[in-house]
Order: sequence, then C-alpha cells, then structure tokens
Amino acid sequence: MKTLTTTALAAIMAAGIAGTAQAGCGIEGGSVRILANDFDALGLVIDEAASCAGDGVTVESNMTTEHKSLQVPALTVDPAQYTVAVVANNSIVPLMNNDLIRPLDDLVEKHGQTLQASQLIKIDGRTMAIAFMGNGQHLFIRGDILDEAGLEQPTTMEGILEAAQVIREKGIMEYPLAAADQAGWYLANEFVNTYLGMGGSFFEPGTAQPAISGEAGVKTLEMMKAMTEYMEPEYMTFTADEMKAMYLSGDVAIMNQWGSMVNGHIDPEGPAPEIGAATVLAPAPTVGGGSVPASALWWDGFTIAKNISDEDAEASFIAMVHGIRPEVAQENPSAATWLMKDFAAPETAMGVLGTAQAGAKPYPMSPYMGLMHTALGAELSDFMQGTESAEQALADVEAAYTTAAQEAGFLQ
Amino acid sequence: MRHRDFTAFILPSALAMLLFIALPIVSVAVQSLFVEHEQVLVTVENCGPFGCQEETKVDPDATAALKEAEPLGRFNGLGTYLNRAHLAVTEVGEILSDNDGIGDVISRIYNLPFYKALSFTLVYTFLVTPLSMIAGFAVALGVNSIPRMFKGPVIFLSLLPYIVTPLLGSLILFWMINSDGVIGATLQWIFNDPELSLKASPGLTWITLIVYGTWHMTPFAFVVFYAGLQTLPQDTLESAMIDGANRWERIRYVVIPHLVPLATFVGLVLLMDNFRVFEPIIGFSAEANATSLSWSIYNDLNGSVNQLFGSAAATSILTMLGVIVLLMPVLIRTWREFNRKAR
Repeated sequence: MKTLTTTALAAIMAAGIAGTAQAGCGIEGGSVRILANDFDALGLVIDEAASCAGDGVTVESNMTTEHKSLQVPALTVDPAQYTVAVVANNSIVPLMNNDLIRPLDDLVEKHGQTLQASQLIKIDGRTMAIAFMGNGQHLFIRGDILDEAGLEQPTTMEGILEAAQVIREKGIMEYPLAAADQAGWYLANEFVNTYLGMGGSFFEPGTAQPAISGEAGVKTLEMMKAMTEYMEPEYMTFTADEMKAMYLSGDVAIMNQWGSMVNGHIDPEGPAPEIGAATVLAPAPTVGGGSVPASALWWDGFTIAKNISDEDAEASFIAMVHGIRPEVAQENPSAATWLMKDFAAPETAMGVLGTAQAGAKPYPMSPYMGLMHTALGAELSDFMQGTESAEQALADVEAAYTTAAQEAGFLQ
Repeated sequence: MRHRDFTAFILPSALAMLLFIALPIVSVAVQSLFVEHEQVLVTVENCGPFGCQEETKVDPDATAALKEAEPLGRFNGLGTYLNRAHLAVTEVGEILSDNDGIGDVISRIYNLPFYKALSFTLVYTFLVTPLSMIAGFAVALGVNSIPRMFKGPVIFLSLLPYIVTPLLGSLILFWMINSDGVIGATLQWIFNDPELSLKASPGLTWITLIVYGTWHMTPFAFVVFYAGLQTLPQDTLESAMIDGANRWERIRYVVIPHLVPLATFVGLVLLMDNFRVFEPIIGFSAEANATSLSWSIYNDLNGSVNQLFGSAAATSILTMLGVIVLLMPVLIRTWREFNRKAR
C-alpha cells in the first residue's frame, strides 16, 4: 500500500512538473539550489529564476536571514547542498576564504550577454560573483518639517546637527534625529559609514593590523556622539526597523536609512502616507569637510558553488541570469536599486545612486573586516553612553579585534 | 536489585548521556585549546559596481595546505583562556601593577569583556535566585489558602510567566517599557521626567533585567513549593495551632523547615538556570549595558562573517567551571545529608 501511494505521488508530481514545463530558459538539465537572504527584492529574482524549472531542470530555494551561518558548511560538502549562494560584499568573504565558489568567466562569456561589465565582481581579475542590486544608507528627510523650520536641505552631518538644533529650538520636535545605534552590528555599521566619510582606513595597507585609533576615528566617534544629543535617550536600542517605526509615527525628521527600505517608508498604502509624501530622499551626507559620502555601499549578487557538477553550475548560472535579466528590473523599477542594463532609475532609487555617484566607498571586502565589525559593535557602546573616552573606546576596539584576529589566524 | 539488572536498566541512559553530554563537552574542551591556522594573505585588486579597490584576500591554496597538515588548527594550549577576551591575565596584571587606587582597578577590569559579562551574570544569579524563591514561596502560600474552586485558574495564571517563551516575554516587556509604551510612559509621568528611560542607563537596564528574571523564574519556585505544601504534616500544624502559634509562627517553625530540602533543589536549579542568562539580553537589546557569559558565546559564534569557535569553546568551559563552583556548597551539603541518612 505504501509503495503504491509513493508511486502514485511520484506520478502526480512528475505530471505536475511536466505540466508546468516551459522552455526551461534554454537549460539542458540539472539541479538549481539557491541559498539566499530573505527580503522582497531577492524573492523577486528567485521567483524569476524558479520559472526556469521543468524539462529535467529543478529549481529549489531556501531564503533565510540565517544564510550567513549556513553557507560555509552547506557549500563545503561535496556535492554542495546549494549550487547558488546569494551574497553581499561582506558575506562573499567567507566563501572566498574557504575557496568554495567558482570563477564565472567562462559562463559569463557563454551565457552572460545580458550582463553589464559593472555587474561583474572581479577579484584578482577573475569574476567571482554577479551583482544585481546596490544598497546603502542615505538621507530620509521630512521636507514639511524643514519648511516649517525654514531650513535648507542639509548635505553634511554638521549641517544636520545645525538643522536639528533649529528644529528643537523652534519647538517642532525635541528629538528630530535617529540613527541605527543598537549595540552590535548596527552600531558598528554606523561607525563604518561615518569613518568612511572621514576618509579613514580600517587597516594598515596590505596587512590585518588595525588602524582606526587615529584622528579620523576620534572625530568619527565625536560626530556620532554629537548626533545622539538630538535622539531619544534610548538610541542604543535603535535598529533600522525601529527607525522605520519611529519615522512612520512622525517622531523623526532626518535620518540615514537603508535604500532597500525606501518603499516601506513612502508607501502610499502604508500606515503614514502623508509622511511618505513629505519625504525627501537625498544622498548620504558628507562629514568633516570631506567629499566622500558617509555611507558604505553594498551590492547583492550571486555566486556559484565550486563543489558541484559543471552541468549544475551551468544550469544555475543560466537560471540566475534569467532571474536578473534587464526586463525584471524594468518591470519592477521600485523594488530595488537594480544594477541591470537599461534600468531607468525611479525617484526611489536616487538616494542610493546619488550616494554612489558622489563617490561613496564600498563596504570593505577584507577577510578580517567581519572581526573588526564585531569588535566595533561590542566595544563602542561605553563611549556612546558617555562612560568612556573616544581614545579608550578605540583602543578597546583594537585590542578586542587583535585578540579575535590572532585566534582566526590573521595576526600573529 | 541485582547488579546485572541495574546495569541493564541504567545502560541506555548512561550511553545517551555519554554520547550527548560527555562527548560534546570533551569536544568543546579540545576545541578550546586550538586556534585557526595562519591565514596566508595576498593583496589583489577587486572591482565591482562601485569601482576598483586594492584589498587583501586569503590565499586559499596556501591556507588549504596548512589545514591539510593540521586539521584541528594550531595548538594554542591555554592561550585562548588567558587572552583579553577571556581571563585577560596580561591586562589584569598591568592594571594591578599600575593604577590610581581601587576604583580605577575596578573600572578598568570591568572594561574587559569577560569580567564585564561575569559581573552581570553573577549579580543577576545572586539576586534573581533568592528573589524568585521568596516570591515563589509567597505565591505558593497564597494559592494554598484560597478556596478550592479558584485554585485552578489562579495556578494557571501564576504559571504563565514561566510558560511564555523567554524571548517572547522579554520582547513584550521591552515594548511596554519603551518610552512610548504603557510602563515607560507611566513611569515618565509618575516621576515627571520626560528623559527617564529604563533602556538608556546601565543601572536601570540591570534592574529591568533582574525584575524580568524574577518575574520569569518565580513560577518555577512556586510550583515546587506548592507541591511541597500539599505534603505538610497536618497533625504538626494542628498541634502548633493548639499551642497558640499564629500564622507567621506556623510558617516559620513548621512550613519552612518542612520545605528546606525542596528549597535546596529549587536553589540548585535556579542557580544553574540563572547563570546561563541569555534571552532577556537579546530580547531587551541590552547588549550595550549588560552582557552575560552565554551572550559572549553567542557573540563569538554569531559574528557578522567569522565564527570564533575556539573563543566560544573557552567561554563555554569557563561557564561550566563557574556553574560547578556555584553549585559546590549546595552539592557538598546534599552529600553530607545523604551520608547522614545512610548511616
């Protein structure tokens, strides 16, 4: 009986697959298994890639915010559990460190006609990933509040401080600013943004030696602390999602928020359409008289696992390129800041694109940047709460980073 | 029971304990003695949508050769235990040999991550354990004296904090103590201080976490004490009443002595549980003000890119040692009682 049921099920499933069979995007056969982070724009790409299933081609996907902890073990086994890992600047690093992804140059040549040269992530001359969307933090400003206060749109962090002062003095808002300063990843990320704007570098060139305790580091911390003067006292618990909630309830006038979250903030069907309508999206501010925006740029892209058959690799590549073909961007212009060819960027993408055009730096891809990020997130909170000097906080970060980097084998 | 029967009886669980408890602990202990291989770095040019940059990267072939030679990593002995992220022997030595008085020593040692985590863990353990035992005992006495028909619902309600998943419970409270939330706004109104925030200062965050911990653990103490109350010797109680003992004296001289062995058990479990405090720190986003040993392990394994297995393993072993030290007095006491009874 059991065998019978199984056979029947198999037959139904086979019929189902055959029924939905399409052209298969020109794939001859193979298995596509995608591991990705979980957010809307990625879901769109993966759904498009999944439409290639049929005719001996299977497409499966696992979208999870825990993708970073899955990817290394899942791609280390042979054959790898996933053929495609969707990554960003920082999450490609462990895959590179462990040599788990394959160079894509031959596949790009064969099947990558729709890709632009700028989408190819080249590491040491070899294409290791294909980027399809950009991201970064940039200014979300309440235009109505600026008008009410009679202010110009600020373009520097110093200007934001002055604007916040005016907004407070005119009694419009007591706490007009917000930043994702939650201790941990977010706090470190704010430091990275501002520090890049200050023109700082995180490491001695070519080595894993930390180099943040200089003047740029101190100025960065002082600026971050100065901004908190105009934030609600609980700023050490703010995440990007928390900021969105605060912004939508009308508690924030100016903030540096993720470009990928624009839609949630200005959605006319959302909880606060009038705030969305009054929102001005502007490139990230500069800081300290520099010209580089104080915001790290991110890309999301896909990589192909090394430990899989060439057939599966080819099938995966074709399916993913189908998922990110230029039409996907054209049909969903507001879903993300797409990097595809002929993408006419709408207003919603201008924040990220403007930040990129103003010369913002990408988030560093150094193999030990993750350790630095963790150390920053853990050790800066004392300073942010005013119980420690900036110099001491930076010394603590370097000490914590050095300990971790020694254990990870980057420093001796 | 014959020895052979006893062996056959105990074997499956002994085997399971060996496999699922002893072996993992041994593997963690071994792991804590090793650190990762030296990573061979090369500088290359990376290009992407935002231009080209010089970056270092790991040379995978050279590193793979090193991994092949030593699959466990480099032997580091107790190095990981003694480094800054753990016992910080060098740093503590420096602080002790060159400081401006005891206050300076304390604040600088507290600045080291392990001692910071240990301080909160200990304060939390030693406050939440007695507080939840006292509260649990009080609730048990109260529930025991209400009419029978109300007991069921009251017991259920009293158990609720323990039933709610810690992460969820702490998140709900976290939103309530937000300055826009019910509790947060009320407190601001009572103290007439719009700047007041339970999340902003270390002291208030600690108090919040400890109150939450007591709220969460009280039902456990309650349920055990309540069960104990059902076995109270009624004749002793009645004779105490005839002797003219009031309610308080009956509790002091009859109920408490009867429940002491249970209290040892409750204390033991609470100490172990509270020493592993973790979820409320995440739920309350309290990392800035309070970290615990379990949180340090989590932080090592949940880094944005790299996972520090050696460091996490060392903290785990230190946590285990901490639990053993904490339980030592209780264990010795139990052992003595056992011997006395055996004689």
